Amino acid sequence: MKIINLYLLLALVFFTQFASAAPKIQHWTTDDGLAVYYVEVPQLPMLDMRIVFSAGSVRDNQQAGLAMLTSSMLDEGAGGLSVDELAHKFESVGANFSAGSARDMAWITLRTLTLQQPQEVAVDTWLKVLSDVNWPEKNFQRLKKQVLHGLEAEKQSPSAIANKAFFKHLYGEHPYASPSNGNEASIKAITIEQLKAFHQQYYVKQNAMLAIVGAVSKEEAEVLAKRVAASLATGKKAADIPAVKPLEKAKTLHIPYPSKQAHIMIGQVGNKRGDKDYFTLYTGNHIFGGGGFTSRLMKEVRDARGLSYSVYSYFSPMQALGPFILGLQTKLSQTDEAVQVSNQLLKDFQNKGITEAELIAAKKDITGSFPLGVASNADIVQYLGMIGFYNLPLDYLDAFTKKIEMLSVADINKALADRIQSDKLLTVIVGGEAKATDGSEQKREKAQSKTKADPKPEATADKD
Amino acid sequence: MKYKTHMIITLARPSLHLSLLYYLLGLTILLLPLSVNSDTQTKIEAKSTKPPLTAVHEYVLDNGLKVLVKQDKRAPIAVMYIWYKVGSSYEQEGLTGVSHVLEHMMFKGTEKHPTGEFNRILAENGAQDNAFTSQDYTAYYEVIASDRLEVAMELEADRMRGVLLPPEEFKKELEVVKEERRWRTEDKPTSMTYEQFQANAFINSPYRTPVIGWMTDLDNMTVKDARAWYKKWYTPNNATLVVAGDVEPEAIHQMVQKHFASIKKTVLPELKVQKEVKQIGLRSIQVKVPAKVPYLIMGYKSPNLLTAKEKWEPYALEVLASVLDGGSSARLVKELVRKQEIATSVSASHSGYGRLPDLFTFSGIPAKNSSVSNLRKAIEVEIDKLKTQLVSNEELSRVKAQTIASEVYERDSIKHQASVMGFLESVGLGHRLMDEYVDNIAAITAQQIQAVAKKYLIEDGLTVAELIPQAIDPQKVHKPAPALRH
Repeated sequence: MKIINLYLLLALVFFTQFASAAPKIQHWTTDDGLAVYYVEVPQLPMLDMRIVFSAGSVRDNQQAGLAMLTSSMLDEGAGGLSVDELAHKFESVGANFSAGSARDMAWITLRTLTLQQPQEVAVDTWLKVLSDVNWPEKNFQRLKKQVLHGLEAEKQSPSAIANKAFFKHLYGEHPYASPSNGNEASIKAITIEQLKAFHQQYYVKQNAMLAIVGAVSKEEAEVLAKRVAASLATGKKAADIPAVKPLEKAKTLHIPYPSKQAHIMIGQVGNKRGDKDYFTLYTGNHIFGGGGFTSRLMKEVRDARGLSYSVYSYFSPMQALGPFILGLQTKLSQTDEAVQVSNQLLKDFQNKGITEAELIAAKKDITGSFPLGVASNADIVQYLGMIGFYNLPLDYLDAFTKKIEMLSVADINKALADRIQSDKLLTVIVGGEAKATDGSEQKREKAQSKTKADPKPEATADKD
Repeated sequence: MKYKTHMIITLARPSLHLSLLYYLLGLTILLLPLSVNSDTQTKIEAKSTKPPLTAVHEYVLDNGLKVLVKQDKRAPIAVMYIWYKVGSSYEQEGLTGVSHVLEHMMFKGTEKHPTGEFNRILAENGAQDNAFTSQDYTAYYEVIASDRLEVAMELEADRMRGVLLPPEEFKKELEVVKEERRWRTEDKPTSMTYEQFQANAFINSPYRTPVIGWMTDLDNMTVKDARAWYKKWYTPNNATLVVAGDVEPEAIHQMVQKHFASIKKTVLPELKVQKEVKQIGLRSIQVKVPAKVPYLIMGYKSPNLLTAKEKWEPYALEVLASVLDGGSSARLVKELVRKQEIATSVSASHSGYGRLPDLFTFSGIPAKNSSVSNLRKAIEVEIDKLKTQLVSNEELSRVKAQTIASEVYERDSIKHQASVMGFLESVGLGHRLMDEYVDNIAAITAQQIQAVAKKYLIEDGLTVAELIPQAIDPQKVHKPAPALRH
């Protein structure tokens, strides 16, 4: 294969600026029904494509790990190419290909140079993955072993143990409770036929959206979109997912572990994408625990008391109500103090709200830093994935700072009073010896297998 | 350019974005403490026959501050980094971790901007800021709307000499750093293994100590230590300022003059060479901590670019690492993970961009039905293949295509571009190394790869660490495993 000439490539780099801070999004639907979101970025000779399916672990339907295994089989061979050949095709032209899944969604991505030969090879190969997965049984058996080993490895991570327990107890009967990477029993039981059926049902163009970002013209993007659509099977949009019920009363779970620190997660169900309180809660949380060094949590827990290196809170809006999580780690002897301080801060946050001065500072921070988050092609393609998947308005990025600017203290305090439930929190603490006060809950925890860290459940979705 | 630096410590909370797939495949997260791999690089000034596309503007103030400016107008933002040539490899025994503790204290106020003001002002201007410490440097950065850059520059200039280090703030922040050590290292079995590995791979090179410092040294550190360290190393003639983004180089020059020119240069301490004594035989250690999954690290002594007699050798080792571990079609994952199913995950990398000679490192998790010793044997078989058979043209061609594509992809992030310039300058390689990078990689031949495999991947230069999982027993919380040092 001919070596690509770097100097030729660099001649294609243009350092002109976007007309406005937010990229201009174009949207259309192909004749056969695939939704497309496109941003032209001519400056760098590269192309990003990302296709997102409503095929996350929320669709596992009692077979925990099904969505994740399906996604993980996509690079195990396609279009008659073996896993090795497929990888070589992409890498021989410097292209990056990946597939992944989380609770709401599954995605397949491609990044390639836009020189003719590399782009052709990369796109042709990518389309094979979309249209014709090989499903080799031998690879599937190996993959299952790897996943089972990953589940083992999680048991040596107190933060992963905490995370898994948190989702399980926060979501109860809802499919969000189930770990995306399954459990030992579920992984062992899943068959390749089930993967194929899952794939057939959910990896279809009516259940997908395509994001295209890079140095391709509208006409080229239209051709690409048509080819992608033609590669995908026809089917139905996935059904709505069930609504989430918030916890009815407070619950504390202590899981003994021989760690130096207690890994603490406190939280409740939060909000969803497109939520009426999205901007108020986002800004409120920025002040409480989302705004890095200047947040209330950081100032009190870390700066004033020296209790923790990392302390934060976030809403993770999902298709149904995603979690609101406050997290920190502290040495075991300080566990009670840390939990008590965090709870008090959260209680004040709900009941007393924020101040005018805090809101002014937060607005400056959020709106001022907004351009930093949409500066790269990688940022833009992630945003397109989110906007398309959650059906957010096309002017989401353009309108973002305006919506923040319009908020008042009263708006935010009302949302906090309505949505934060500091008397019904779930608290998960991993670390320390078993205590007499640990309930039966904790014993059940110990007996079961625990796994994976999925701290921000929707890696694609929660960008803000 | 792939530059690897051991254990960069960031001040802020860690990123929460962990990809599920990465976790499952065991690669990124478990190995994170091993090396923060910043795939790097941008080519700015091509050689004389190849006209520069955008230039790096470079100058030195009278007080010795080096300034690098690179214009990239894709978005209306700017990034500013200030790099100090000091890190854990500058520290003496007993004072390990002081560079990193000082990094934390740099946010704790000056006479002009009392404690808390630094963060407040930057937040008010919508800046993202943070800092990190490695073996060879300590760096601070702000990403900010380009028309507000001067706010950040004023703050950086102020804290170059003006940090007060209040004792009461020091006391609290030291506790934060100890929590960081527990979180980053002590509750992570693979990190514990790596720390012990590194301390055994080197006898007298300062690369033996962890960037975050030994807990006993943190326990005994005083504000006087941090103040002395600050006074000694934080001076304009020990720093590099890098600005990239939507900026005008001439305007930046004036801004830098205005804020930094009045800071006086100082006499820097003489740095002793501390050349690692020659390794004269295999070293092997075990690490016993509560864990579930065994883990293997193998490190071979290798040359770094700065001190190598043959400059092509570190590049050949870098290409060799890519042949083994440069993607899903590379040898290790193909052979050991997929074909032989000996490993659940395995990786190889060369650290050749440091101030001092470092290691070519393999690490991995043996598959459930395999073992650390099987994994080690399989890695050694792969090494033997490199010694006895030439790497194929197809593999070399793949590595080169990836290298060139990365050059373009990495231009997507101005932060990344600025960080490479600053890091190269800080370790003494100079930012112009970037200009030659692709040509140097592309020039590597199959014969050269074979030659460095034979010369460096040898048992007499090898250190092996094995994590031997111990039962996870919550009743043993307060009894450290005997293998630990503290």
